[in-house]
Amino acid sequence: MLNSRVTIGSVLVASAAALCVPGAASAEDPQAAFIYVGPVGDAGWTYRHDVARQCIEAEGTKTAFVETVPETPDVLNVENDFLSQGYNMIFATAFGYQPFTQQVAVANPDKYFFGITPTIAPADNILNFYGKLWDGRYLTGMVAGSMTETNKIGFVAAQPIPTVIAGLNAFTLGARSVNPDVTVEVVWTLSWYDPSAEKQAAVALVENGADVIAQHQDTPSAVQGAAESGAWAIGSESDMTSFAPEKVLTGTVWDWCPFYKSAVDMVKNGTFEPGEFYGGLDDGTVSIAPINAAVSDEIKAKVAETEAALASGSFDYWAGPIKDNEGATVVAEGATLGIADINGMGWLVEGVSGSLPTK
Amino acid sequence: MNPELLLAAAIIAGTPILFAALGELLSERAGVINLGLEGTMLVGAVAGFAATTQTGSAWFGTAFAAFAAGLFGLLFAFLVITLRMNQIVTGLAFTILGGGLSAYLGKPFIGKPVADVMAKPDFGALADLPFVGPAFFRHDALVYLAVILAIAVSFYIWRTRYGLILRSLGESPDVVDTLGMNVTLLRYVYVVVGTAFAGLGGAYLSLVYTPSWIENMTAGRGWIALALVIFASWRPMWLLAGAYLFGLVDALRFRMQIGGDALISPYFLNMLPYVATIVVLVLMSSNRSRLKFGAPAALGTAYDRERR
Repeated sequence: MLNSRVTIGSVLVASAAALCVPGAASAEDPQAAFIYVGPVGDAGWTYRHDVARQCIEAEGTKTAFVETVPETPDVLNVENDFLSQGYNMIFATAFGYQPFTQQVAVANPDKYFFGITPTIAPADNILNFYGKLWDGRYLTGMVAGSMTETNKIGFVAAQPIPTVIAGLNAFTLGARSVNPDVTVEVVWTLSWYDPSAEKQAAVALVENGADVIAQHQDTPSAVQGAAESGAWAIGSESDMTSFAPEKVLTGTVWDWCPFYKSAVDMVKNGTFEPGEFYGGLDDGTVSIAPINAAVSDEIKAKVAETEAALASGSFDYWAGPIKDNEGATVVAEGATLGIADINGMGWLVEGVSGSLPTK
Repeated sequence: MNPELLLAAAIIAGTPILFAALGELLSERAGVINLGLEGTMLVGAVAGFAATTQTGSAWFGTAFAAFAAGLFGLLFAFLVITLRMNQIVTGLAFTILGGGLSAYLGKPFIGKPVADVMAKPDFGALADLPFVGPAFFRHDALVYLAVILAIAVSFYIWRTRYGLILRSLGESPDVVDTLGMNVTLLRYVYVVVGTAFAGLGGAYLSLVYTPSWIENMTAGRGWIALALVIFASWRPMWLLAGAYLFGLVDALRFRMQIGGDALISPYFLNMLPYVATIVVLVLMSSNRSRLKFGAPAALGTAYDRERR
């Protein structure tokens, strides 16, 4: 271990020396390196990033990646190693990489860094990105709300953090927009990665009468649990249809290809600007998986219509009045929520049965 | 909350822990503490899944899981019995080694469905009984295998001559040596058989519980099994009850949350198996109860003939 650090250190010194030579590396020639928090085969979050990496590679950009890098100072070594190999764009695809990326970014002002929002460690050469996942959740909620016969939908949630809460709330609003009698019962596994727990949570929800199970988890275990118990399932992160072809209704899907392409173009054209980027339904960053044939054409048309309205901005489901599930008004009549509000969301909307485990 | 389905869920959640804890019990009764249980289960999980994919037989996969985990245990046994390395440190290293090895070997199997479904024995009319049927008689074969193993181990330990020798191995191996028996060989056997049991627990996770290979899928169950052995004070039948009790806690974690405010915080429930273990340790700490229920006296110490 000590040896490898010494090597990386000396390589760093060597590469820093190389940078002083004018014209040694052209900033206009993008080479992109990716750091993943999970295995590329996780069928979820990391898998979707790797698909997008292949997408820009197919267009002629040189790429490389390292998988299963923990959110620890190891990130520093990995990033510095990539820089020393000549990569000038670093995609650090986990929120927890931010503090380490910031250190490397400040030390290498002529390189470009991309992390996951919300930004907690900014720098002049960091552009953080994410997508309005909640818009996709709203649409999958509509599908779920139209298919439930018991009017109970289960939601297997990971951690009680704003991104998950916002998705759960949007899902519930979507479900109740087509079926006002629906309640969404939430169960928290309190981990991103415990397949057995995810499955058991789904089974428990079905036992309690839920006939559609949605999830915000990194693995398809809840989908499997729902399907085995005879309930419909809604996937997350990637198209999980293959894990239960008959029973998966739809699901939210990430597509980072458009953003990665635009990032490469920014570097090529010298138009890079630091800050935050939120993709959505309009640019294809967020979409939903093909809807199961069991869903009526009427609902499919309605979902497509809503998708278009959300993408164009002519429809906003966060517009008040919205009450939380304890009866308090959280969004007043005439008001709506911005990205900052959503990134700080700590309440469950009316129609969610359950509470935040942190309360 | 539906009580018979809750019981059924508790039994399923308890089964992988029961397999692993039974294996650890054999090993600890022989005087070897194996903290590498988590890693051993992962090796079993990936081996079972891989073999099932290759052969299309869940039974073969299960057997291969036990075999692979046993090999892993053989290496552990060589280090701590023959080379007399520190059992605690070696065990921790094997947890990490098993995690890394299984992740490496499992790469090609990520995201694949399992090739064969574990058989479910048909109990006929028993399965149709109200309450009892859904709770006890509709499980897969491995659930019953775990119960049979627990009963068999209990009988072996308390009712057979070799069981008596096993107990002596953990209490005072020099007595076993004086009787003319090979302490090293016997400890090897129990460590390897014990890790093979842990491999069955891993196979249960990857073939039955969540039929797929996912890195690190044990998610701490190896540690729970270790705690369970202490909780059951090294008695197989208490272990059987304890495994289902811990399984019940696991099943309650989610069922408590459904439909409004959880009566008990899920964070608290996650912690419960460990709290229970500490309570048992405290209860055992009095001199009298230590003699009756305590850990095997020679647990964790390598046997060295020369230093008798």
